[in-house]
Amino acid sequence: MADSSNANPTLTGAEILLATLAGEGITTIFGYPGGAILPVYDALRKFPTLHHVLVRHEQSAAHMADGYARASGRVGVCMATSGPGATNLVTGLATAMIDSIPIVAITGQVSSKVLGTDAFQEIDITGITLPVTKHNFLVTRAEEIAAVLREAFQIARSGRPGPVLVDVTKDAQQATAIFDFDAAKPHPYRPHPMLRAESSSIREAVALIQQARRPVILAGHGVVESGAEKEVLALAEAHQIPIASTLLGLDAVPAEHPLSLGMMGMHGESWVNNAIQQADLLLAFGMRFDDRVTGNLTKYSPNSKKIHVEIDPSEVNKNVSVDVALIGDLKEVLSLLTPLLADQHPPRSAADSEWLRQIHAGKGNASVRDIINLPDNGHLYAAHVISDIWHEAAAAGRLEQTIIVTDVGQHQMWEAQYFKHQAPRSLITSGGLGTMGFALPAAIGAKSACPDKDVWVIAGDGGFQMTAAELSTIVQEKMPINIAVINNGFLGMVRQWQETIYDKNYAASPILSPNFVLLAAAHGIAGATVNRRADVIPNASIARTSGKPFLIDFQVEKEDGVYPMITPGSGLHEMLRRPQHDPLLELPEDQ
Amino acid sequence: MLHTFVALVQDRPGVLTRVASLFRRLNINIVSLTVGESERPDTSRMTIVCDAPENAAHRIRASLYKLETTIGVDEVNRADAVVRELCLIKVGAGPNHPHGLHSRSQIFELSQVFRARVVDLAPESIMLEMTGSASKIEGLLQVLRESGYTILEVSRTGRMAMRRGHHTSRVLQALGTRQGQNTSEFPDPDPDALREDETLPGIFEE
Ligand SMILES: Cc1ncc(C[n+]2csc(CCOP(=O)(O)OP(=O)(O)O)c2C)c(N)n1
Repeated sequence: MADSSNANPTLTGAEILLATLAGEGITTIFGYPGGAILPVYDALRKFPTLHHVLVRHEQSAAHMADGYARASGRVGVCMATSGPGATNLVTGLATAMIDSIPIVAITGQVSSKVLGTDAFQEIDITGITLPVTKHNFLVTRAEEIAAVLREAFQIARSGRPGPVLVDVTKDAQQATAIFDFDAAKPHPYRPHPMLRAESSSIREAVALIQQARRPVILAGHGVVESGAEKEVLALAEAHQIPIASTLLGLDAVPAEHPLSLGMMGMHGESWVNNAIQQADLLLAFGMRFDDRVTGNLTKYSPNSKKIHVEIDPSEVNKNVSVDVALIGDLKEVLSLLTPLLADQHPPRSAADSEWLRQIHAGKGNASVRDIINLPDNGHLYAAHVISDIWHEAAAAGRLEQTIIVTDVGQHQMWEAQYFKHQAPRSLITSGGLGTMGFALPAAIGAKSACPDKDVWVIAGDGGFQMTAAELSTIVQEKMPINIAVINNGFLGMVRQWQETIYDKNYAASPILSPNFVLLAAAHGIAGATVNRRADVIPNASIARTSGKPFLIDFQVEKEDGVYPMITPGSGLHEMLRRPQHDPLLELPEDQ
Repeated sequence: MLHTFVALVQDRPGVLTRVASLFRRLNINIVSLTVGESERPDTSRMTIVCDAPENAAHRIRASLYKLETTIGVDEVNRADAVVRELCLIKVGAGPNHPHGLHSRSQIFELSQVFRARVVDLAPESIMLEMTGSASKIEGLLQVLRESGYTILEVSRTGRMAMRRGHHTSRVLQALGTRQGQNTSEFPDPDPDALREDETLPGIFEE
C-alpha cells in the first residue's frame, strides 16, 4: 500500500478497493481490463500480494472465481470493465448463483455524473444481474467502497452462499477517501429469520428414523457447503443408512464407502434410483429436489416419509412436500439430531440389514450391463477413459490430491458414474445451470486455489471449444493443468436425446473440431492423441507427472450413450437401460 | 387467492425493483403494492397484495426474506389486521349534467353515507376522497354509476395493512423496536417461528 505507515491513510477509491480485497485475504483476481476499471488496474502494482490472472473472456473470469471457490471453500474474485466486460460475466454469475457458489464480481462503471445517459460502454449491470446474483451494489463514492465490498464478501459466504456483484463508478475509483478497514466491518450477517429446527421437529425426525426400515440419505451440495461430511457419514454408519448423492453431492462422501450408493437421478445407477423409489424414509440433506434428481414428481418415492434439512426456507416444500422440515445449517442441525438418535436408537449393524442386502443385490444385477465390465472390443469408450484416469490417480496414491473439473454433457455424467471421488471438493462441475465451457476456466480457478493438487479438465469436444481460448491463459500463468478432451465428433448429450426422443434426427449435433493436439501445440502445450484403451493410463501418467500443462485428445466411440437414462416425464424407476443391441453387449462368441 | 404481505425494507434506490422482480420471477401477479416511510429511519413499509395459490404464501415470504434489503416480512389476513385503501374519485357534476345543479347535492348526500369527503369542487366536476376497505370503495363507485353519474377519473392507492393489537405486527415485536434503539442491529433470529398449529404448505398439497 502506498501509505502504509499511516493507520488510516487517505487513498484513492481504486486503492481502497484493492486494499479491501487484500484485507479480506484475497490473493488472486481473475479479470480483464478496460476504460471504466483502469484506475483499479493502475493501482494494482502497489499491491504485490494481489496476483491478477488475465483471462481471455470475462465469462471465464467468473468461472475461474467460481472454480477457485469450489476448490477452496473461499470466496473467489473476478473483475471486469463496464458495458461488454460486465455483460460477459453474466453466464458465469448465473452458473455460480444456481449452484450457490460464493464469488464477488467487481465491475467498473461510467462516472456517476453520466449514469443513465447511455455513455460509452454504460450498461445497467446491477439491473441485468439482479436475478443472477444473491445481491448487488452500485457504488458511486470512494467513501463507500470499503464497507460495501466487505459487506459483499459477507453476503457471498453467509447462509446459502452465492455471487455478489459490486459496480463501482469511475469517479468513485478516482476520488480519495480515508481508508479504515476495521471501521468498514459489516454488521453481523442477518440469518434468515425463518430458520428453525425446533426440538419438536427434531423429535419427530428422530421418531421417523427409528421407525424406518428402508431409509436413504440424499446427500446434496449443502453437505459440502456446510462442512458436514463427517457428521453425515457418522449418522449413516451408526444406523446403517445408505447414501445416494446428487451430482454436486458426489464428493461429500467417499465413493468407495460401503454405504455410498453413488449418483441419483436422470443418469443415476439403477440401484440408487430404485432404492429411492422403494425407500420408506428419505433424509434429504442440503439438496433441493431438482427435476434432474426426482424425475416425474407425481411418481417420486411414493411410500416414503421425508425429512428435509435445508438452509434456505424457500426450498422447503418447493418441489416435494416433506413431513419434517429442519431449516438451518446441516452441521448444526445434525449436532442436535444425532445425539438424540444415539440415545434412543441402538446402532444397527450392516449384517442385519435386509434393506442393504436388497440394494446390493440390485448392484450385482446392474453390473452385468455395466460398460465398465464388458470385455475390450478394441473400441475406446469414454467410460473407460474416465475409469482409467481414476485408476491411474489411485495407483499413484493421488486420489485425495486430485480435482476433476468437468464440462457439461455425456462425459460429465460418465465422470459422475465412473470417477470414484474420495475427498470433498474433488469434483467441480456446473450442476444447476449446466454451463458448457465451464471446465477449462473453472480448472484454472481450482489450480490457483490448490496449486499442489493435480487438476484434470474433462471436457467434450463441443464444450471445450467454447472457452478453448483460455489455453493461452494457462500458459501465461504457467499452470500445469491436465486436459482430457472426450472427442466423439458430436454434441454427444444432444445427440443422445435426438437418438432417444427425436428419432435420430441429428440436427446440428455433429461437430467438427480442430486437431486438439495441434491446437495445444500452437500454445506451446504438449499433448497426445489416444484411441486405444491400452494407451489411456500411460498418457494419463505422463500428463499428471509432466509438471506442465498436457492435453490428451481421446477419440472415443462416436455414438455411445449414457445409461441408465430417465426420459422426461418418467418416474425415477422407469429407466432406459443400455440397449441390448449395443455392440458392447455382444460378447466375442456372439459375433 | 389474495395474499397480503407487509414487508419492512431498506429505503434506498432499487429496493422496489428487487421486490417487484421477485414476484415477476415467480410469475405471480401483484394486485397492489404500496410503499411509504415507516416509524423507523431509512426504512419503508410495503403492503403487497398478490394473487397466488393458497400454498404459495410460505415460499413468497421465504423468498422476500432472502432479499438482502428486506428487514422483516409478515403475512396478514383480514381477521387479524386492519386493511385500508385510499381512493380519489372525480365525478362529472355541474350545470350541463343531466341532473343539472341538483346533482351536486345528491353527491354530497351519497358521500356522507359512505363517509367520503368532497375535496375539490370545479364547475363541471366534484372530487371525492374516500378511505376504507376495498369493498366499501367499490360500493360507492357502483352507486355513483347506477345513479347515472359519469365517473371521470379514479385513483386508488391499493391496500395497506397493519396487524391489530398493541404490538403492531409480529415482525415489529420480534425486531424489539424500542425508541432510540440502533435500528441496524440485526434482528432476533426467529421472529417468524411458526406457531404450533401452523404448517408449511406444499405446492402439491391441495
Ligand atoms: C452453453 C450451453 N449451450 C448449450 C447447452 C446444451 N447442451 C447440453 S450438453 C450439450 C452437448 C455437449 O457436447 P460436448 O461438449 O461435445 O460433450 P459430450 O456430451 O459429447 O460429452 C449441449 C449442446 C449447454 N448445456 N450449455
